[in-house]
Amino acid sequence: MTFEIIMIVSLCFLTLSILANIYRVVKGPSSADRIQALDAIGINLIASIAVFSVLLHTHAFFDLILLIGILSFVGTVAFSRFTERGMVIKQKDEG
Amino acid sequence: MHGSDEVIAALFILAGSIIVFVSAIGIIRLPDVYTRSHAASKSSTLGVLSTLVGTLLYFLISEGYFSIRLIMGIFFVFLTAPVAAHLIARSAYRNEVPLTENSIEDELKKYYFENELSKK
Repeated sequence: MTFEIIMIVSLCFLTLSILANIYRVVKGPSSADRIQALDAIGINLIASIAVFSVLLHTHAFFDLILLIGILSFVGTVAFSRFTERGMVIKQKDEG
Repeated sequence: MHGSDEVIAALFILAGSIIVFVSAIGIIRLPDVYTRSHAASKSSTLGVLSTLVGTLLYFLISEGYFSIRLIMGIFFVFLTAPVAAHLIARSAYRNEVPLTENSIEDELKKYYFENELSKK
């Protein structure tokens, strides 16, 4: 019983941190702030899925942890390349 | 209910979520994109790694189930979160996002503009 209460308390902490990141996504003055906050939201979702899989006594969601990690990294790299050079994938030079 | 063998897993998970919450407070309160990147990358990564280690210990203790996918997730997050923060900070600097007002010195600026002038 105490163990479930501790899990729910840590889920509340993770929810509050996701709300703080959403505040930074809405308010952030530059686009790098928004990319940073979205990356942190992806990282916090990984921790939330881990706590949920402890709370539900299942290990069916461990693929999802790896998948969200990879997708968050690829999305962050694509966005930062776009804001840095104006394109994501470099085209082949002609002449 | 379960006895005292899951105390260490609960401790890891609670400590990790508190560290993530402290990182979120840093994301709200710090004045600059670079200092916010500092808060978001380091402490958020540490908190998530602590939570994932707690999950791994919980399934190892209570069911005897050792998940290699969770190990891979820990390794991947540990490897890629600082790289993502580095890319974001570099793109912010190249787009000339200003530093905060009470920063003293910008050593990269002189180097960066010398390289830009020699390139053109």
